[in-house]
Amino acid sequence: MPVVNGKYVPNPKAPRVAANEEPAYERAKDFRPVDTGYTIENALEEANRCLDCKRPKCVEGCPVGINIPKFIEKIREEDFGGGLDVIRESNLLPSVCGRVCPQESQCEGQCVVGIKNDPIAIGQLERFLGDMAGEVGSTPKVKPKNGKKVAVVGSGPSGIACAAELAREGFEVTIFEAFFTGGGVLTYGIPEFRLPKAIVKREIEGLKDLGVEIVYDAVVGRWTDADELFNEKGYDAMYMAVGAGLPKFLNIPGENLPGVFCANEYLTRVNLMKANKFPEYDTPTKHGKHVLVFGGGNVAMDAARTALRLGADKVILAYRRTKAEMPARLAEVHHAEEEGVEIMELVNPLEFIADESGFVSKVRLQRMELGEPDDSGRRRPVPVEGSDFEIDCDLAVTAIGTNANPFAGMAGDVELNRWGYIETDADGRTSNPKIWAGGDIVTGAATVILAMGAGKQAAASIKQTLLGE
Amino acid sequence: MFKILEKTQYSENVYKFRVHAPQMAKHAHAGQFLMVRANETGERVPFTFADWNAEEGWIEFIFMVIGKTTTDLSQLNAGDEIADVVGPLGKPTEMDNGSWCVIGGGVGLAIAYPVARALCAQGAKVRVIMGARTKDLLLLEDQFRELPLENLYITTDDGSYGEKGVVTQPLERLCIDHEIEHVFAVGPVPMMKFSALTCAKYDMPIIASLNPIMVDGTGMCGCCRVEVDGKTKFACVDGPDFDATKVNWADLSARQASYRAEEATAMEHRRETCACQS
Repeated sequence: MPVVNGKYVPNPKAPRVAANEEPAYERAKDFRPVDTGYTIENALEEANRCLDCKRPKCVEGCPVGINIPKFIEKIREEDFGGGLDVIRESNLLPSVCGRVCPQESQCEGQCVVGIKNDPIAIGQLERFLGDMAGEVGSTPKVKPKNGKKVAVVGSGPSGIACAAELAREGFEVTIFEAFFTGGGVLTYGIPEFRLPKAIVKREIEGLKDLGVEIVYDAVVGRWTDADELFNEKGYDAMYMAVGAGLPKFLNIPGENLPGVFCANEYLTRVNLMKANKFPEYDTPTKHGKHVLVFGGGNVAMDAARTALRLGADKVILAYRRTKAEMPARLAEVHHAEEEGVEIMELVNPLEFIADESGFVSKVRLQRMELGEPDDSGRRRPVPVEGSDFEIDCDLAVTAIGTNANPFAGMAGDVELNRWGYIETDADGRTSNPKIWAGGDIVTGAATVILAMGAGKQAAASIKQTLLGE
Repeated sequence: MFKILEKTQYSENVYKFRVHAPQMAKHAHAGQFLMVRANETGERVPFTFADWNAEEGWIEFIFMVIGKTTTDLSQLNAGDEIADVVGPLGKPTEMDNGSWCVIGGGVGLAIAYPVARALCAQGAKVRVIMGARTKDLLLLEDQFRELPLENLYITTDDGSYGEKGVVTQPLERLCIDHEIEHVFAVGPVPMMKFSALTCAKYDMPIIASLNPIMVDGTGMCGCCRVEVDGKTKFACVDGPDFDATKVNWADLSARQASYRAEEATAMEHRRETCACQS
């Protein structure tokens, strides 16, 4: 660490330490991690660029207010365990969030160094500390059991956060997970090359170390429900973190043709069911040669890049606005293009067309142009009359978002809003005094960090309510 | 892991498993389904409940050996364990009292049985039409005969048992005679489709229990989507029961058949790698 007269002197003008990325051409052939992460040397060098601001803007940009300058200071001091503890005060999943947060619109977007130079690589540093967890060994403190039982529904980021917080406070926590393995969207949604499943597994194992019980194959709302958990099984509270649900469809002709997937199915087959290893694993998927993906978010990027890895010759990502309006993380768009995904801007699908075999073989598209801004502040795409054209494709994937999870209202008696999401206050309290909720089932599809933060917030509120503290 | 308590063989390739699953047995209703993953590398496959007993804590499902998963399952015996059994899933069948005709075709008879039994239990008048390609594939006849039915009709395609022909023959007679008010049908797509066409002719309400390919079974992936009345529905959460006269059967058939080539590959791989040599 550069020190002058006993004081840290930052070096913000040094170039941002580049990510250690696998060569695009090579990595797009398999599911290896795209970015292997910072080495200790990389992390120290990057940490030296931080201004250690008195009033850190980066913290304001973080949805859960991680004390970023503090953990970067710990890195400079080579106290990695201490750095991890700082992050864990606010974020229980640094290895995950360091990889999947949209840093450019959060912490790094606010970084003062970023005004004139490249911002500090906060995501990389967070991930670095998270990934050091196995080596630095931080033993979580667990308070003595307080005699209260909480049921957590879903083991995605929100459920994990809530369960971990409560377990540390001495609650007896059971997570009910519908699948045969934990992690929720971290497991079925985000591909291995972006978030290795070993990391998700480590987080789940961490919960067990805290004494959390996880029941798999348990669909709350069908297999059990709030009444049974409260009245027969002795639970005192419930946290519903069931995630976003039903995928949205385009509602255009041919959308149900074989070969037309929605991204959730396409990604679940590969990420959860390992269809990339078929027939060693039993679940198959389709391997398109000319693939079209519709959407501009992270899920669309994941689907397009998965198609490349499954052997596609050509992958086109079609978006109805332009790259500038894409909600995906910058890094994902960059990585996708590097790997060979072609981005086609300002087009909208009108119809999927089958060949004689009944499978999709063409898509009819329409050109769009940008009009006035809509409610989201982004310019609204408007069709250009008479601009229809067709493209060959033997596999199409739609990634245009989700609607509310139908299990929202089935698991327990809680008030839903008009779109079917659960109504809560800022602490995650629902209309039912024993039920809290958070994550995508409250906000609609959002980010891992927000879901995680909601879980933590609800845990604090549950603690306060049940223990009267 | 879920322990198999009992294995029953109905014919050369039709089996029933009774599985220890007390929580599922407690919450199961007629018309709902479960999803099975046979082992760690297995696919998730939906089966409809054939029976369950909350007091004894078991559920039952019947399967026909068709592909890799069902072949794997058929090799298991009482005392063995299935990696995952998830359920109950889907909406229970809505059953008004009144006069019903329950139609089961092939393995669909396993699903028709608990529906017929539940209808009888609530005091409805129930007629059952059992259909199969041939006598050996006719499941659960004894069990159906034990129910207090108004009548039982049997058809086989080859005439080896009961009336020669298809289920729509007795169905049409029942529609004409005004002996029924509701129809429930479950079986192969052509059977459900033609039952729907027959009912439509006589303005007879008909529910079909659909069986598309599923992956998650909880409304997350969209694999099981079907077009009903021009709208996209998810069989796993909106169904599996739908108004049969409004189902786009061509879409459903095409989607059901879309992995035939992969199913053959999986079976081939199994033959090459499985030590059991079956």
